[in-house]
Amino acid sequence: MKIHEYQAKQILKKYNIPIQDGLVVDNRGDINETIKNVQKTFNSKDLIIKAQIHAGGRGKGGGIKYCKDSDDAIVHANNILGMKLITKQTGREGKKVKKIMITEALDINKEYYIALTLDRKKKQIVVMASSEGGMDIEEVAEKTPEKIKKIWINPIKGIQDEQIYNLINVLNLEATLIEECKNIIENLYNCYWETDASLIEINPLVLTEQNKLIAIDAKFNFDSNALYRHEEIHAMEDPDEIDPYELEASKYNLNYIKLDGNVGCMVNGAGLAMATMDIIKSFGGEPANFLDVGGAASVDTVKNGFKIILQDKNVKSILINIFGGIVRCDRVANGVVQAVLELDLTVPVVVRLEGTNATIAKDILDKSGLSIISATSMEDAAQKCVEVL
Amino acid sequence: MSILVNKDSRVIIQGITGSEGTFHGQQMLDYGTNVVAGVTPGKGGLKALDNTIDVYNNVKDAKIATNANTSIVFVPPRFAANAIIEAINAGIETVVCISEGIPVKDMIEVKNKLDNLKTTLIGPNCPGIISVDECKLGIIPGFICKKGSIGILSKSGTLTYEAIDQIIKEGLGVSTALGIGGDQIIGSDMIDILKLFNDDPETNGIVIIGEIGGTMEVDAARWIKENCDKPIVGFIAGQTAPPGRRMGHAGAIVSGGDETAEAKMNILENCGIKVCKTVAEIGGNMKKILKGVHNE
Repeated sequence: MKIHEYQAKQILKKYNIPIQDGLVVDNRGDINETIKNVQKTFNSKDLIIKAQIHAGGRGKGGGIKYCKDSDDAIVHANNILGMKLITKQTGREGKKVKKIMITEALDINKEYYIALTLDRKKKQIVVMASSEGGMDIEEVAEKTPEKIKKIWINPIKGIQDEQIYNLINVLNLEATLIEECKNIIENLYNCYWETDASLIEINPLVLTEQNKLIAIDAKFNFDSNALYRHEEIHAMEDPDEIDPYELEASKYNLNYIKLDGNVGCMVNGAGLAMATMDIIKSFGGEPANFLDVGGAASVDTVKNGFKIILQDKNVKSILINIFGGIVRCDRVANGVVQAVLELDLTVPVVVRLEGTNATIAKDILDKSGLSIISATSMEDAAQKCVEVL
Repeated sequence: MSILVNKDSRVIIQGITGSEGTFHGQQMLDYGTNVVAGVTPGKGGLKALDNTIDVYNNVKDAKIATNANTSIVFVPPRFAANAIIEAINAGIETVVCISEGIPVKDMIEVKNKLDNLKTTLIGPNCPGIISVDECKLGIIPGFICKKGSIGILSKSGTLTYEAIDQIIKEGLGVSTALGIGGDQIIGSDMIDILKLFNDDPETNGIVIIGEIGGTMEVDAARWIKENCDKPIVGFIAGQTAPPGRRMGHAGAIVSGGDETAEAKMNILENCGIKVCKTVAEIGGNMKKILKGVHNE
C-alpha cells in the first residue's frame, strides 16, 4: 500500500526525523488562510506548493512550484489544486490533484538519497545512502554504482552504530553533522521495522544553508499483509489512487489487473494465470487482464469474474483456464454454464478444464447449447480464443 | 526414492481443527500419509479427522508423544510464523507451510531462526509437496500423480499441477513434486531443492518452473550448469506481465534487468536447460530430452 507525501511526513515526524513541514489543503476556499498559516507557523515567506498524488515525477509535470511570496503562492495553489497532473508514472490520462501540501521553502546546500527496502536475496533489510540525491537514482545505480553505499541489517541484532557510520561515510558530511545523520538513519530503520514498511525512500534528504539535515520528500510502501496490525496506517489508504476495476474486483476477493488487450482471462492460481496470458500472446492474441480466481472456482466466483472482465469494453473473447485439483471440474463447468445463462453473455467463451472429472466437465459444456467453446489443452484454448476475435 | 518426505515421514498437522486443516488433513490421510498427530492451541486432548488423530496443544508435546519429524502448517497467516517457529524450536526436521499472506517482517524473523537451526522449511504460500505413492503434505491433488522418475519444482501452485499432468500424459511419472512458494521470503529456494533432486538416485529428470521477479531462477541455472548433469526442462511465467505490477504472488514483480521473463529464459537456455516457450511444452520437452539422453 502506498501513501501520500504529507502522510509520509506525518509518520517521519513521529519518529523524530526532521521534515520540510507544511499544511494540507483540499479545497480552494482554504488556500489563502492556509498560506498565511504556513508562513507564520514555519516562519517562511517563500513557499512550495506540492501536488499530492502517488505517482512520481510531480515536479517535471508541473505539480510542484516554488513561490516567492503569498501572492505567488495563491496563484500556484489555485492552479495545481484540481489540475490534471500528467507525469511519466501517471500515464497519458493523468491524475486529478485533490490535495496539495503548502510547505516552507528551504535554502538547499546539498542533496542526499536514503532508502530502505527488503533485499530478497539476503532476506534482510538493506539501507542505502548516496551523495547523489535529487537525481534519478536508477541512473546513478547504473552508471556510478560506487556512489551508492549499502548496509544489511540482522533482524535480531538490529541496526548497529558502526554500520551506520560506515554507511554515511559515503555522504562526506562535516564532523558536526555525523551524529545528527546517524540518528536519522537509526530512526528510519526503527520506523521501517515497526510500521511493516516495504519501502522508505527519502529523496532528497537535504543539507540546508543553515547546516541542518531535513527530509524534503518521502515515499513509503507498506506490506499489505501486515496492515491488520497498523490501523492508523491502513486508514491512510486513498481509494482515489486505486484503479476502479481493481477496487471492484477486490470486493469479490478477486485478484485482477487490467491490461490493454482484447482476450479476457479467468484462471486459478497466479502462476497459471501468467502462463495463460503468455500463451494467448504466443498465439497472436493480447491478454486483456490478469485474473486469479483463487482455489475455489464456484458459481459466484465465475460470475463475479465475468462481471469484472466485461467492464472492459475491449474484451472480445474470454478464456477460462482452471486446473481442478481439489475443486472438481464438473462443478466448475456447471458454474460456467449458470453464469453464462444468468449474465446473458454475448462474448464467446473458451473453457479449458483439466484435472478431476475433466471429461464429465467437457460433456456438460458441449451439451449446454450455449456459445461456450470447450478446449482440450492450453494450446487448443489459446488458439480458439484468438480465432474468434 | 523421493526427496524430503517419504512413507517413513511421521507427520504433525498444525491447525488440524481448522477448516483447511480438516479438509486437506483428511485428503492427506486418504493418500496414505503417515499422520501421527495434530496441533491446535487450546484443543489438546481432542481427537480430529473422524476421531482418528490425537490433538495436542503444542508441537513439543506432539513430538514427545509421537516422535514426529515432519509438520505441515495450515494456520491463518497472522499466526503462521509463530507456528513455524514453534516447529523449529521443537526440533521438527521438515516443515511445510501452506498459509498465504504472512507479513514479510515475520518471515525475516523465521528465516533468521532457520539459519541457526537445522530445520528445512518449504513455503510459505505454497501448495506443499508430494512424494508419489508415499507421502502428501499440503494441497496437491494426489490422484493426478503417477510414480516415476521426474522431479518437479515450482514457484507456483497450479503450475505444479499443470506440470505433473503433462508429465503423466507423456507416459512419464513423478518422484517428488513440490511448490516452494511465491513469497519474497521463502524457506527453501530452488538451489536447496535442486541439490536434493540431484542426489536422489531415482530422479532422472527435473522440471523447474519460475516466474518474473527476483533472481532465484538465474542463480539456480548457474548452479545447474556447474553441478547437475540430469536433464532439466525450465519454464518462466510472466512474459506478458507489465513491469512494476504485482501479479498475485508477492514475488512476481518485475523490477528490471535480469528479472524479466525474457532475460531469465535466455540465462536458463545458456546454462543448458531446455526452456519452454509456452507452458504447454513442459511434458513434451521432457520426453524429448529424456529420449536424447537415452540415445547417447
